[in-house]
Amino acid sequence: MTRAGGWLLAAGALTLPLWLQSPYHVHVAIMAGIFGVLAMSLNLLLGYTGQLSLGHAAFFGIGAYTSALLTLKLDWSFWPALAAAVALAGAAGFFIGRLALKLRGAYFVLVTISFAGVISLVSVNWIELTNGPLGLPGVPAPELGPWSLRTKTAYYYLVLAAVGLSYLVCRRLVRSRVGRALVALRENEPLAESVGVDVTHYLVLATVVSAAMAGLGGSLYAHYTRFVSPEVFLFTYTVTMVIMVVAGGKGTLAGPLVGAVLFTVLPEALRAAASWQWQMLAYGVLLVLLVFFLPRGIVPRLGAARPGHPRSEPGSATPRP
Amino acid sequence: MLAVRDLAVRFGGVTALESVSFEVRPGSITSVIGPNGAGKTTAFNAITGFLRPTGGRVTYDGAALTGLRPSAIARRGIVRTFQKTSVFPALSVQDNVLTGLHLRGTAGFLAVLAGRRRLTAEERALTAEAIAIIDFVGLSHRRREAASALPYGEQRLVELAVALAARPRVLLLDEPGAGMTGSEKTVVSGLIRQVRERGVTVLLVEHDMRMVMGISDTVIVLNGGRVIAEGAPAAIQAHPEVIRAYLGASAGSA
Repeated sequence: MTRAGGWLLAAGALTLPLWLQSPYHVHVAIMAGIFGVLAMSLNLLLGYTGQLSLGHAAFFGIGAYTSALLTLKLDWSFWPALAAAVALAGAAGFFIGRLALKLRGAYFVLVTISFAGVISLVSVNWIELTNGPLGLPGVPAPELGPWSLRTKTAYYYLVLAAVGLSYLVCRRLVRSRVGRALVALRENEPLAESVGVDVTHYLVLATVVSAAMAGLGGSLYAHYTRFVSPEVFLFTYTVTMVIMVVAGGKGTLAGPLVGAVLFTVLPEALRAAASWQWQMLAYGVLLVLLVFFLPRGIVPRLGAARPGHPRSEPGSATPRP
Repeated sequence: MLAVRDLAVRFGGVTALESVSFEVRPGSITSVIGPNGAGKTTAFNAITGFLRPTGGRVTYDGAALTGLRPSAIARRGIVRTFQKTSVFPALSVQDNVLTGLHLRGTAGFLAVLAGRRRLTAEERALTAEAIAIIDFVGLSHRRREAASALPYGEQRLVELAVALAARPRVLLLDEPGAGMTGSEKTVVSGLIRQVRERGVTVLLVEHDMRMVMGISDTVIVLNGGRVIAEGAPAAIQAHPEVIRAYLGASAGSA
């Protein structure tokens, strides 16, 4: 992304509520932002270390429940609850990372799926704590000093700040020695080991950061919808994140954001345009077309289209058999 | 000094290495030769931690390497290349070498997040070093190209550059000349000599006898999982057991 383009985008994002007509549109923008955080989080693992976490909704859900429970049951205010959500999701990531120490590929996928399954069952069955399938209503809206961030516009800026922070974290990580170690794990693990990259250390690190970021998304979601139920652990959330990352361009910085915006706005636009039978069909057809024509995702394609710019980022990968 | 003592590797009932002992003199180029299945690559894997030996031990300057992870062994200065071409395929040649420079960098997670200014200086220094290494193996014109897009011979040079970036004190090369043309092999032989002149000890597995005899100070012959001969190239070529086991009829032309 060129510098001017980046500033233009930032300016657009900052003034977006002024352009949007209805609160509904701001709502879509907020959801796109929350999913942007989640997609960036998944991309750290999937795009850079090459490991697919198909239980990513677990970290999202842990963040949502932690934040909701702390504010509801212990009367914590939003900000420490948010920090605790990030920390606890990160700790869960550490657990998974250590567990999956020697597991790669399909086995890593299985461990993450199982973890999400277990956590989801806990949320349904530990009724004294989680209120079971009924969920936790009345999660308070965040406050910032004297102001309540109850309005959609205020919440939009909160989410935007989270998106900016997550992007910055990803960018600094990826464009560093740490990021090179993550990519080395994806590209050729034995070779990485042979030149002294402690692969398991970096895999655990990536899992922790990724999980913590998903926890951030979860907390933001909980305090936005003001309601948390076991639905946050639905496999659909994970699948949506995967679609966003893959369609936008895994292993690129901007890809997950592009994917998140596209796949949040698109279903909403389709909802307005067509009856529900056609919505899913159109969604499916678009997905097939994307995979067929842009197998590496949207962002790498844009990067490749610019002359004299063969590779957008150190991490942007060519698909390997 | 790298020392291998009674190294044994068994896969179930199959004995790959029975009891192998040898020492690699510092500053030398030492070659390990032997027929296919003699245990050469197995020995490499056991020395560099990719395989846990069933018995015996490997030491470097007296400290045990056995049981350490490959990355920890690399940290101690023992770095290997692989028999099958092994690069970071999607990365440019420069990023390949920068990744190889991992141990030379210091940037940790928190420092990276904080965006410390000294990291910029470190990155600049690492990049300069990467460029110098790429120059050394003669791939300057390929610096920005993806490693997977390079022809085979050049990919092997990338591999060598990545290994050199890890600043080896002992460099283990697993068939660096395999599949190369005659002129490419000459280039590689020249590079290996230059690496040795920089004070790096080289341990080499190679099938090309001309190359082995041309650059080695010492040749170790493996057969059936044991060392059957060790000595200077000329002595090895004349060694009756070696001729019987390995060189056979081609001994005269080697």
